[in-house]
Amino acid sequence: MLLKIVKRPEPSRAMVYLTPLMALVLTVVCSMGVFTFLGVDPVEALRNFFIVPINNAYGASELLVKATPLILCAIGLSVGFRANVWNIGAEGQLTLGAIFGGGLFVYLHDVDSVFLLPGMILLGAIGGALWAGIPAFLKTRFNANEILTSLMLVYVATLLLSLLIHGPWRDPDGFNFPESRMFSESATMPLILEGTRLHFGTILAIIAVLGTWLMLAKTLVGFQIKVIGAAPKAGSYAGFSQKKIIWFTLLFGGAMAGIAGVSEVSGPVGQLLPSISPGYGFTAIIVAFLGRLHPVGIIFAGLLMALTYLGGETAQINLGLPVAVTGVFQGMVLFFLLACDVLISYRFALNRTGRVSG
Amino acid sequence: MMGIEWLAPVILTVITAATPLVFAAIGELVTEKSGVLNLGVEGMMLVGAVSAFVTATLTGNYILAVAAGALAGMFMAFLFGILTLSLMANQVATGLALTLFGVGLSALIGQDFVGTPVTALAKLNIPGLTDIPFIGPILFGQDALVYLSFVSVAAVSWFLYRTKAGLILRAVGDSHTAAHSIGYSVIGIRYLAVMFGGAMSGVGGAYLSLAYTPMWAENMTAGRGWIALALIVFATWKPGLVLIGAYMFGGITILQLHAQAAGLDLPSQTLSMLPYLATVIVLVLISKDQSRIRKHAPACIGKIFHPAA
Amino acid sequence: MMIGTNLTTPRHDDGSKRGPVRLKVHNLSLDSHEQFGIDLNLINFDVRGGEVMGIAGVAGNGQVELLEVLSGEMLCDEAEHLLLEGTPIGKLNPTERRELGIAFVPEDRLGHGSVPDMSLTDNAFLSSYGQKKLISNGLINHKKSTQYAEEIVAKFDVRTAGVTHTASSLSGGNLQKFIVGREMLQDPKLIIIAHPTWGVDAGAAAAIHQAIIDLAENGAAVLVVSQDLDELFAISNRIAVIAEGRLSVSRDIKEISIEQIGLLMGGTEGSGSQKEAQSVA
Repeated sequence: MLLKIVKRPEPSRAMVYLTPLMALVLTVVCSMGVFTFLGVDPVEALRNFFIVPINNAYGASELLVKATPLILCAIGLSVGFRANVWNIGAEGQLTLGAIFGGGLFVYLHDVDSVFLLPGMILLGAIGGALWAGIPAFLKTRFNANEILTSLMLVYVATLLLSLLIHGPWRDPDGFNFPESRMFSESATMPLILEGTRLHFGTILAIIAVLGTWLMLAKTLVGFQIKVIGAAPKAGSYAGFSQKKIIWFTLLFGGAMAGIAGVSEVSGPVGQLLPSISPGYGFTAIIVAFLGRLHPVGIIFAGLLMALTYLGGETAQINLGLPVAVTGVFQGMVLFFLLACDVLISYRFALNRTGRVSG
Repeated sequence: MMGIEWLAPVILTVITAATPLVFAAIGELVTEKSGVLNLGVEGMMLVGAVSAFVTATLTGNYILAVAAGALAGMFMAFLFGILTLSLMANQVATGLALTLFGVGLSALIGQDFVGTPVTALAKLNIPGLTDIPFIGPILFGQDALVYLSFVSVAAVSWFLYRTKAGLILRAVGDSHTAAHSIGYSVIGIRYLAVMFGGAMSGVGGAYLSLAYTPMWAENMTAGRGWIALALIVFATWKPGLVLIGAYMFGGITILQLHAQAAGLDLPSQTLSMLPYLATVIVLVLISKDQSRIRKHAPACIGKIFHPAA
Repeated sequence: MMIGTNLTTPRHDDGSKRGPVRLKVHNLSLDSHEQFGIDLNLINFDVRGGEVMGIAGVAGNGQVELLEVLSGEMLCDEAEHLLLEGTPIGKLNPTERRELGIAFVPEDRLGHGSVPDMSLTDNAFLSSYGQKKLISNGLINHKKSTQYAEEIVAKFDVRTAGVTHTASSLSGGNLQKFIVGREMLQDPKLIIIAHPTWGVDAGAAAAIHQAIIDLAENGAAVLVVSQDLDELFAISNRIAVIAEGRLSVSRDIKEISIEQIGLLMGGTEGSGSQKEAQSVA
């Protein structure tokens, strides 16, 4: 090889911000190739993917609607990822949030109270946290790998939701469809802009972003999370408890995903259905990484990933492109990001010593 | 004998449920033995499954189809290798990316093939032998891939513990710096191990779409790639135990189908949770004994190797 | 080795200046959980205020384990095995031990004593936020943390382009000075230092030695664990030897020669040291 990879004396801060942009450019170039292969004019496809969906006010509001659960889940995951706690079960925690929050409505559907929605949000957070608490318990008590346990629980959560709405929670007037009742007014997220679907959940997401930023930048627990993720031995030297951080990050991530779940079912979805999320919990992993695990970065990354959902739909309607392009695009962004990230800690140099690297 | 007539089809279905897990887990075992943790098994299986299915539909040639599955899996693994081995990306994050990418890519490739059935992979049929009651169909009536799965386990076991190349591969996984200083190409060996793992995952996927349920559906692996990863921990990185584990899980998967057929009064969802809950329980039981895990796990697993360092 | 030749203060071998016992280690045993770890076997010693106690030994004879038990990264079976001014501390975690006035410089400076990819400000905060009160109203006081980092850099002559740079950007010797400085400037009652000058150039080594002696002169108890006998003889009042997880009785450096210590380190008097250790117990 002509090039070799040399470690930088300290990580490049410029690259931390540049590599997501590089990844995006590479992804766009590559997806143009994919569009051409699928027989679509690549420029027209890109226009439909990234511009058409948001060139009017309603489109822009839809972008925020889609970004809300992504940002909520990604904020929660990012805190864990920073501590090397690999919770990848946000989709399941989101589902449990919807079950707990939506469950409150199912049992109190005839109650008309201003406290119903706050109660649902709170229960949703608790539900998500409980579900994430299982991997936390198994990790701290038995050392069971949280990646595998949190993921397995995604399938269990989906089946649990299906079980409930096929059984006890089925709408009695719903012609036997596996759906709960439609949520009542007092169980629905208030709209924050008339004529759109933009709802209170977006405000919750913004609060979560600000709160997490404050926690990571300014508090001891945030500092502990960063230290344990970057150098676990230095963490134990400083007296930070790894187990406490595992518990904290998983419960926090679960609660955020749980809130995302409630915000979906009492927002745009409006009832409990067998499928309440097109994989927000998984796409949130990409959002967290693309946003550099930083709260502000996660907002941008969340908006971008939300745009790929909208763009996929628009391109399907206008150009007949398969919806699956969205998934390919999302996966590609993360791939290119991880590849470009080599530039943060390393640089390429001409190989003069003749030693082959890579 | 009433029991045997009931039992034989059960065993047959257990075999079909276990075989994809055997392939995926034995391939990933080799990858992990070289010190690389590839969490993208699910993604590689999906891409393998769809590639094999599309090839089978278009050509009708099943050998070609399985080869396509293996190649597709290998290609995915190669991407993983570029990122983690050459560009030193975090293996956990890259594995997740591989799965997410694989889900999307397989859906894109397979979008025009959803719901079109193919004929299931042909079963071996040796007149005389296959007709023996009970053991005939079980021992002599399987499709070629089932036999191949057993051969793979034996071959991997032999390779790892009886050949010099296997010894080198394990050395790379246990101490990459030592192996590097002796003069072995750590990165090159890991590329091969990763790609072998990808090919096997691809074949596992192919088995799903050609034999287990001869059709293509998005996300049809339903977590089997992750269960395969758990199996390796369960087997403490021993090929023989991987086989036993895969059949155990195959058994659990099938148990729920048969329990439903037998009219057991439990909601189908509860039974469908079984394989996932079993995976969690097995992980807990195995992980409890950390010293045992540490003794058998490749010491360098998941660690980045930079030759100049 | 030129270590210690340019020390400016007179040797502090005046026994009368030594204060009461600060740290007492009593019948400390520990089974290592690591595959190649060393079990500690009935270790006994004490360190007084105003003195430097040295522990010599060939690497891999239980130093790592001993240091982790002292710092609280590993806990004792019984709290009474470690006493700080008579108070049992064997069950306290590192934070609680720091609150009692103990400071630590671990063996591995990059990744154990510091977080490589974090700034010097963050690394200053790492172990001193309690003693230096760097948290106000529940929030990290970045201004005070920066000031503390800058104070360390100034007082210990750390060569760096600024405290916003990462720990990994420093040379080994400068990072060592930074970590030693961070621990010493917390005014500890007791400081435990592993390999104070490992890989440090002669000038920096002299500065660190001087700082250790000054700290003891001001009344702190200092425990130094090192392989470097010249170093230990230059700064210690007493030296004990650790071999195969056992610690010999300590000797005043005026009563023992480098050669004798060397023999103990080689384990030739291993059985003797065991007997001595038990006679003390």
